[in-house]
Amino acid sequence: MTMKRNFGLGCALLGAIGLTSAADAAEQITFVSQGGAYQQAQTAAILDPSAKKLGITINQDSIPDAWPAIKTQVGSGKPIWDVVDTPTGNCLRGGEQGLIEKLDFSKIPNGAAMPEAYRSPYSVSYEFYSSVLSYSQKTFPKDAPNSWADFWDVKKFPGRRALRNHPFATLEAALMADGVAPDKLYPLDVDRAFRKLEEIKPHITVWWTSGAQSAQLLNDGEVDMEMAWNGRVSAVAKEGAKVSFTYNQGILQSTSLCILKGAPNLETAVRFLNEAVDPVHQANLPLHIDYGPGNPRAFETGVIKPERAAQLPSEPANAAKQALMSYAWWSSPAGEAAEKRWASFMQK
Amino acid sequence: MLALVSPALLVILALIVLPVGWLAWQSIYHDGFTLENYRRVFTEDVYWRSFALTFEISLAVTVIALLLGYPVAYLANSVPKGWSILILSLVVLPFWTSVLVRAYAWLALLQRTGVINQFLRYLDVISEPLALVHNTFGTVVATVHILLPFMVLPLYATMQKIPNDLMQAGASLGASPSLTFMRVFLPLSLPGVLAGCTMVFVLCLGFYITPELLGGGRTVMVSMLVSRNVELYNQFGAASAVAVVLLLSVLAIFFVVSRFISLDRVLGQK
Repeated sequence: MTMKRNFGLGCALLGAIGLTSAADAAEQITFVSQGGAYQQAQTAAILDPSAKKLGITINQDSIPDAWPAIKTQVGSGKPIWDVVDTPTGNCLRGGEQGLIEKLDFSKIPNGAAMPEAYRSPYSVSYEFYSSVLSYSQKTFPKDAPNSWADFWDVKKFPGRRALRNHPFATLEAALMADGVAPDKLYPLDVDRAFRKLEEIKPHITVWWTSGAQSAQLLNDGEVDMEMAWNGRVSAVAKEGAKVSFTYNQGILQSTSLCILKGAPNLETAVRFLNEAVDPVHQANLPLHIDYGPGNPRAFETGVIKPERAAQLPSEPANAAKQALMSYAWWSSPAGEAAEKRWASFMQK
Repeated sequence: MLALVSPALLVILALIVLPVGWLAWQSIYHDGFTLENYRRVFTEDVYWRSFALTFEISLAVTVIALLLGYPVAYLANSVPKGWSILILSLVVLPFWTSVLVRAYAWLALLQRTGVINQFLRYLDVISEPLALVHNTFGTVVATVHILLPFMVLPLYATMQKIPNDLMQAGASLGASPSLTFMRVFLPLSLPGVLAGCTMVFVLCLGFYITPELLGGGRTVMVSMLVSRNVELYNQFGAASAVAVVLLLSVLAIFFVVSRFISLDRVLGQK
């Protein structure tokens, strides 16, 4: 981490010296993401090129779940972070609670050009991933499960199953299994979703809590099919496990960029945010990791080859097969109530 | 005197009193004084279930650890010095491996394609893999493994102090070895039993990683409830209230135990 950070810092400084005056070289922001292979990929694809182009220094930090830290940092009145890459719901919820800056899209032309569903008053989509139905090719060499109705059909597709221990995407999957069309999900019929989940509950071997755990379950053959994030499945497949997944009825989710309320470098943060969703930088991301660009215009840049695009969750044809998660619904009172209901569902 | 201990007092104040105080404060204050968080902890069945499950698992782990640990401590106490050092090293050795690594090791042993299931299938004892993990069973097995040293060491320390003369006296009066054990050794080792059980039970109450990794999502112990309240539901107040109740339960257990034996003993001093 330190080495990478210094490398990024070095690049930024070099860029700064080469392109701009000494006054601008002092400009910096602190950017926070989730670490691991994902943060390395975005450093190479987006952060370093943005720093170079803007002549700023991007200090990096990482945390698996930024929400508690956002709350305590802004709550203390002296945030040290500027821009956070976090699940979109956190940006919306934070915006409503006064923890996240409202964005002035006139200063973010790249964001303003994105479809409205991809942005909110507090955030812009940064990358897409999908909660997909994945399965073992050993258990299902042919006639693999291809929809959530198949996942629920324990007679036709016998096998051990896992779902995420979280209502996000699981309620959507339950409703699709019950026959709701992907574009007619919201507002979610929560009662119906939990009823459908009760049906499959006795057949769920594991309710996973981390992406790494979901990958391990597939890799070790502990389960035959599960809901998992597409990047995790393809990573396991690359290592030689006989697993696959379908984008059919996947639930398209995003992380977004948002800026902490009272960020120490607000102006620079806004400039960076615009640069980070630039179509060309965005198109670079899938060259490094199996996640899709947050800005759909990235597919028009020619940077992403068609065969590569076909593997990505936000590629238009793939996106059309999936449901787009409504973070606005999840951060509404009904969504928060559904989240709380999950705990008692799990313990009954 | 005060000058001498004041650095230590400051450290305790900064690292323990302030954070715990802040925690307690957060559980009762949110835009005004409120007992809502505690009302929920005591009335909502999600919380009740978690507390009940946590106490059940802790009790099971304590009983199993005692049944496994007592013979080990007894053996270590009755063999010559060199052997007892070997036995105790084997007990303590796992301490040097991280809890996380040990949890994954149990996963490798217990899962469907794990060592134990493969072996049983190879022997044709079973036709379908047994569900050994991702449930309460797997959680209890791994937790016992991690906490066993906390049972063995206090037991061994107590047994060391039981004079051998007493057993010889019993034998010279005509008692059989099992009778001297039952009437002399066992009662004298009870403080060690209490100390070991208290340590294991209390540590188990706060377990987090093991049930998280081996419980399959259904084994929601109290510490997981705390983290979920923060991460998932964004309720710092509720999380604090759960933590405070857990802390008070632990203090209550120590208080009750201290009526029977000196707390120094439970915490490892002589």
